Amino acid sequence: MSVAVIKRIFMADISANFLGIRSPNPYWLASAPPTDKKINVLRAFEAGWGGVVWKTLGSQVKNVSSRYSSVDYNGSRVMGFNNIELISDRPLAVNLKEIAECVRLFPDRAMVVSLMADNNRESWHELIKQVEDTGAHGLELNFGCPHGMTERGMGAAVGQDPEIAARLVEWVMEAATIPVITKLTPNVHSVVPTGRAAVKAGSHALSLINTIQSVTGVDLDTFVPNPNVAGQSTFGGYCGPAVKPIALKMLTTIAQDPVTAKVPVSGIGGISTWKDAAEFMLLGATTVQVCTAAMRYGFRIIEDLCDGLNNWMDEKGFRTLDDFIGRSVPTLTSWEELDMNYHIVANINQDKCIHCGLCYISCEDGSHQAINLSYGNPYNTYTIKEEECVGCNLCKLVCPVDNCITMVEQRHGDEYLNWKEYQRRGGV
Amino acid sequence: MAVQNNRLTAEEYEQRFSDIHPPFETRDAALVDANRCLFCYDAPCTKSCPTGINVPKFIKQITTDNLKGAAYTIFSSNIMGGGCAKVCPVEKLCEGACVYNLMEETAIPIARLQRYATEPAIKGQWRMFERKQRTGKKVAIIGAGPAGLSCAHALSREGVDVTIYEKEAKGGGLMTYGIAAYKVTPAFCEEEVSFITGIGGIDIRYNQELGKDILLSALQEEYDAVYLAFGVGLARQLYIPGEQLEGVVDAISFIYDIRNSGFPAVPVGDQVAVIGMGMTAIDAATQARRLGAKEVTLVYRRTQQEMPCTVAEMDIALLDGCKIIWLAAPAEIIGENGKATQLICHSVRLEEDNTGRRQPVLTDEKIVLPVDMVIKAAGQMPFEQLIYENQLHHNGGKIAVTGNGVTSINGVFAGGDCVNGGKEVVDAVQAGKEGAAAILAYLQADCHVSSSH
Repeated sequence: MSVAVIKRIFMADISANFLGIRSPNPYWLASAPPTDKKINVLRAFEAGWGGVVWKTLGSQVKNVSSRYSSVDYNGSRVMGFNNIELISDRPLAVNLKEIAECVRLFPDRAMVVSLMADNNRESWHELIKQVEDTGAHGLELNFGCPHGMTERGMGAAVGQDPEIAARLVEWVMEAATIPVITKLTPNVHSVVPTGRAAVKAGSHALSLINTIQSVTGVDLDTFVPNPNVAGQSTFGGYCGPAVKPIALKMLTTIAQDPVTAKVPVSGIGGISTWKDAAEFMLLGATTVQVCTAAMRYGFRIIEDLCDGLNNWMDEKGFRTLDDFIGRSVPTLTSWEELDMNYHIVANINQDKCIHCGLCYISCEDGSHQAINLSYGNPYNTYTIKEEECVGCNLCKLVCPVDNCITMVEQRHGDEYLNWKEYQRRGGV
Repeated sequence: MAVQNNRLTAEEYEQRFSDIHPPFETRDAALVDANRCLFCYDAPCTKSCPTGINVPKFIKQITTDNLKGAAYTIFSSNIMGGGCAKVCPVEKLCEGACVYNLMEETAIPIARLQRYATEPAIKGQWRMFERKQRTGKKVAIIGAGPAGLSCAHALSREGVDVTIYEKEAKGGGLMTYGIAAYKVTPAFCEEEVSFITGIGGIDIRYNQELGKDILLSALQEEYDAVYLAFGVGLARQLYIPGEQLEGVVDAISFIYDIRNSGFPAVPVGDQVAVIGMGMTAIDAATQARRLGAKEVTLVYRRTQQEMPCTVAEMDIALLDGCKIIWLAAPAEIIGENGKATQLICHSVRLEEDNTGRRQPVLTDEKIVLPVDMVIKAAGQMPFEQLIYENQLHHNGGKIAVTGNGVTSINGVFAGGDCVNGGKEVVDAVQAGKEGAAAILAYLQADCHVSSSH
């Protein structure tokens, strides 16, 4: 008996086009250990990844042991991930040879190479020439690595100073003949100044965020922060699901700035699922880069990353990625533009309520004392005091039952009324 | 067919009586379940615990690796929290109330987590409670069971010196002598008693029986107060012909023998009938099976709807291969040569009485069970004689109390099974706490009276 293979037929097209760098899907592996050698990259391509950003080539480095640490939350491992690893410590010639082989074997996948040359024009020019000879499709400038390289005036030390960043981009643009992406560090007050400087200096695109400087924790027995390197530690780069909200905010500021909005962006920062990817794209990312999730679970996660995105696009009626890239950007506004007449109050569905009391205690101690407790043994009944409810969402957020608490619209007035108008009218 | 002991090898006994609810083997395993706990506010599990253990708090403490804190949270509400974690019918108490049940999801394994938190404290005999300065007051307690030990611990914490008179050679009461061996081992019971008395100020005098070795009147003279916690113990008679035949035993002494003499020493029949469907009936039936009985049949005169044991308990018996005959009322035990050979039951139907309760009504139909052993587990009787002799007010042999264990005799308090007629260990522990509070209030009032003179 033959086994029938059911091939799913998708309507949506998830292929990406980033400055002419084409990939069958928008998922690139970020510059990191999974992309530091041929054996990994070939397996990633076989698994279905759309592209890779080859781990940063440049100065001579040597790594230490240990290198990683993480933050767990309520029994869930690696909510946040931290590393003190440097750029590629393999010989440049080996990397270049392997890049060329990967490009030859998988011509339909994006091959971008991350670079961090020594701080002089010649070094950059020489490195760019060598990389372009491999057939790679694009260059990503690593102005973001927050540890090890910064002490030498490289990595984040570049990304934190728009002037230096601009000078380096100018050197790069003198030599580069393929698309150049500047990768931004989040270890700044705002990513926009460096982003603008890079774009004005000619960078074709931006990518963000690199990792965030962190101390993930302190061992309560040895009193040494982790990761422990012979009784000492150092600030590392934080990434993984914990940093996603920070990355989304920074991405939005790039998407809303008139200078940086003109170039495509590759979004990075805690992307683990297709949902994360869709959110990055809604806020302006053309492609997304993944690292921690792949390091944790392996390349196989690409299957649902593609499948889930495809199904969602079908459901929403999007035929291509361009149909929704940037779609949510205009909805993020400044606080004073928000409609003060919009008012919602919580409603508890008593049929779904499991009487855990989490809404009650969070509202009581953490919000506005707007939930009533009616004693029962063993199950209390909780109801909303609508007149006290400010519509903050806290109860809904903590409720463990899906759709048990809903927020019901009860507008204060029909018209749109923002803060400025509210003040102009004397606060009524 | 014969009633005989020593049916199995040492390995078989060990295997059949090994822990039925094994502990978490690793911290990781405990944390998976501990982290599922929602940390409910005014939690239904806590409200459903007779001793009111703050369950979400101790589970949260497990998740933060504060095991000492978790143990303290448990013991400060229930000093027998270790034993209760093994013997409580949690499916009708804390776990039965877990909000996950309302989501049709598996409840948090509270008992297993409680065991995880308490076992190191008991094994290591951690000193978790300090006594207050001695008050010079002395209290006598009758019975070193859950109620007596709980009362003693609560009094000792407040600086009262306690002497417990225990008729058996070991403490623990029902926990040590009345519960299936696969739930709790004698060794654990001893450790638990030492853990409780480790606070100091508690002197247990064993082999001292009220009414024989000691008299209430003497205790009243010697001590500032007396707490009666002697439990129940006598098995209810069936009052049917043949009850005196060889092979007819009561469940209380059957289980007592298993706990006291060791598995190989206890004789069991090939075909055993157990009368009753309470927790004790289940413990007797399952242990008869595990001791090597070929067939064990539980006989109950009502239906599953009315049975006193929990479904979880019944399932243990069914998984052990015990059979259940519902709606059967024992009428007679027939014997040959003085030995039981048949149990004759009336078939029963249930009819609602005028209170709406379904009452068994005998029919003409008879059920005949070939047996060589009959274990009676149709409830326990209070120690009525003790109560009459000491002129305590009572309700059908159960000591009558007002409030928190105040009896009809000034300075004499009571709690646990001798008051409630026989409930769970955890109920007795709570009664002991309440009794101690009443005694402390009494002693304090007494102080004021003395000082005013």
